[in-house]
Amino acid sequence: MTSQPEQPAAAAAAGDVLRVEHVSKRFGPVTALTDINLRLARGEVLGLLGDNGAGKSTLIKIICGFQQPDSGRLIVDGQEVVLKSVDQARALGIDVVYQDLALINQLSVYHNMFLKREKLRGPLLNNRAMRDTARSYLSDMGINIPSVNVPVASLSGGQRQAIAIARTVYSSDAKILLLDEPLAAMGAKEAAIILDLVRDLKQRGDVSVIMIAHNYGQALEIADRINLLQHGEITLDKPSSETSVAELNDIVVAEYRRALEERQRQTQRPA
Amino acid sequence: MSETTEQTGRLIGEPGGGPGPGTGVADILRHWAGVFVRQREATIFVVAVALLLYFGLSNASSFISQANAINLFSEIAAPIIIIAIGEVLLLICGEIDLSAGFIYTFAPFMMFFMNEYYGVPAWLSIVIAILFGLVAGFVNGFITVALGVPSFITTLGTGFILAGLALVLSHAEPHPIPPATMTIGKYIGTDGWSQIIWAVILVAIFHVVLTRTRWGLYTISTGGNALGAREAGINTGRIKYGNFMITGVLSALVGVQVAFYTNTIDPLAGGYTPMFYAVTAAVIGGTAMLGGSGTILGAFLGAIALATLLDGFDVQGINANSVQIVFGAAILIAMVANVQLARVRERGRTL
Repeated sequence: MTSQPEQPAAAAAAGDVLRVEHVSKRFGPVTALTDINLRLARGEVLGLLGDNGAGKSTLIKIICGFQQPDSGRLIVDGQEVVLKSVDQARALGIDVVYQDLALINQLSVYHNMFLKREKLRGPLLNNRAMRDTARSYLSDMGINIPSVNVPVASLSGGQRQAIAIARTVYSSDAKILLLDEPLAAMGAKEAAIILDLVRDLKQRGDVSVIMIAHNYGQALEIADRINLLQHGEITLDKPSSETSVAELNDIVVAEYRRALEERQRQTQRPA
Repeated sequence: MSETTEQTGRLIGEPGGGPGPGTGVADILRHWAGVFVRQREATIFVVAVALLLYFGLSNASSFISQANAINLFSEIAAPIIIIAIGEVLLLICGEIDLSAGFIYTFAPFMMFFMNEYYGVPAWLSIVIAILFGLVAGFVNGFITVALGVPSFITTLGTGFILAGLALVLSHAEPHPIPPATMTIGKYIGTDGWSQIIWAVILVAIFHVVLTRTRWGLYTISTGGNALGAREAGINTGRIKYGNFMITGVLSALVGVQVAFYTNTIDPLAGGYTPMFYAVTAAVIGGTAMLGGSGTILGAFLGAIALATLLDGFDVQGINANSVQIVFGAAILIAMVANVQLARVRERGRTL
C-alpha cells in the first residue's frame, strides 16, 4: 500500500465527506468524549485507534445516529446535520457495523443480512430473493457458510462478523462506512477477507471508511490516515506513511506509565 | 460446499423440497420423518392428535358428536386460540399481557353501554367495544414502553382496574345482550361454529404476519436482541405498542364473542383463567418465555390440546377437582417433551 502524504492534506478543505467539530458526550458522571474534531476525506480509509474506554465506540454511535452528542456539530458533505436516528443517518449514506454486530441470533443468515433493508413483494417478505442475494454476496466475499437458512446463533464468531460486514457493505449504498472493530473475532484467514473487502471499497473511490482497530499493524496496512483517541480527544492525526507501530506503541506505553505513576502517587499519599 | 448448502437448505427451509438422496421407501420415510421432527410444531401436533384419538376411541359415543365438537373447538378452544395469538406476539417481543382476560370481561359491557345508554347504532357499538381493546393495549404499551414498568406489573395493574370497573359499572349483575346487536352477533359468536371459524382465520392471518412480514421479523428481533434491533434501526418501542394493541383487540373480540355465544354479558366472565390458558397454549406450542422465538401454529395446536384435555375429562365424568392435578401434570409432561425434543432438533441442526 502506498499512500501519498499530500493526498489527505489536499482533500482537507473541499473534499471532506464528514467533519466532526467539537463534539462532546457525557453519560451521567462519566465523560466519554470531551472535544472531538475529526475529518474524513472522500474515498479515504481512516484508522481510529485508542485504548479501551477511550470513547471510540461512542464516537461511532454518534456519527451513525444511534446516540446524540451533548454539543458540537456533524457536517456531512458540507451540510450541518442533526442525526436523530439510525434510519436518518442511513438515508444520508452513513452505515455502520457495530462492535456487538447487532445480529439477531434467532433469525436466519439472510434475514439478518436484510434486516431493515428487506426485499418485499407487496406487503410480504420476498424470502427467495433475499436468500439468493445473500448467497451471492457471501460467495463474492469468499465467506464459507453452510447455509444462509441457518440461524446466526449456530455460526462461529468470524462468520458472524463477516455477515454483519457483508450486510452493511453490500445491502446498502453507503458513502460513509463505520466499522467498529471489524476484525475483533476473526482469525488471520477471515481477517484477510475483510481487509481485502476494505481495499476493494477503497479502489472504488466513492466510499469513505472509518475503521476502529486494536491491531496497529492491521490499521497501518489498510488505513490512509491514523487518528488516535485518548481520554475523549483526538491526540494524533497523521497519514499512515508518517507514523509507525513503534510510534503508536510509544504513545500508548507513555500513557500507561503516566497512569501507573498517578496510581503510585495516590497509594503512597495515605502512607 | 454447494452441495451441503442445497441439502441443509431443503431440510430446514423448504420442507416441500422432495426426498433426499436415497430412493428406497425407507429412505423417503426417514427423510420426511426428519423434515417433520425439525418443524417446531411437530411435538405439540403429535400431542394434540394423540389426545383427540385417545378420547375419541375411549369415549366414542359422547366425544364424537357435533354438540361436543362445538363445545371443544368453539366454546373451549377458540377463546384460548385467539388470545394466544396476541400472547405469542407479546412473548416473542419479550412482554406479556396479564390483563387480556379483563379486556375480554370489559369489552362486551362497552357494547352494552354504547347501544343501550347512548343509542349508538348496533354495528358501531360492537366496533367501539373492539376498539376499546385497542385503547387498553395502547395504555399497556404506554406504561410499559414509555414509563418503563415491566409488562408483568403493568398488566397486573390494568387487569385489576378493568376487573373492578366491570364489577362497579355492572353493579356485579349480568346484563342482557342488546337486542339490536343480535343480527350482527350471529356472525361474531352466537352461531355454534362461528368462534372457531374466526379463530382459524385469525391464526392464518397472524401466522403470515409473524413469518412473512416485516412486523414479524421486527417482533422476533425485538425479543431476540433488543439492543441489536435498535442498533439496526428498529423502533422496538413501536413494535411493543403494536403487539399490546393487537392483543387488546383480540381479547376484546373474544369478550364480545363469548357474550353472544352465552347470550349474556357476565362481569365474572374472562379473568385470569383464559389468559393463563392462552399463555400455556403458547408455551407448550413452542413459544419461549424469554422472547425471540415462537409460533402461532404451535399455540393453535397447544390450545387444541388443552381444550381436548378439558373437554375430554369432562366427557369422561372425572371429578373436576382431580382434573386440575391431571391438567398440571399434562402441562409439565408436554413441556418436558418439548424442551427435550428441541435439544434433539438443535443437535440435528448443528451436526
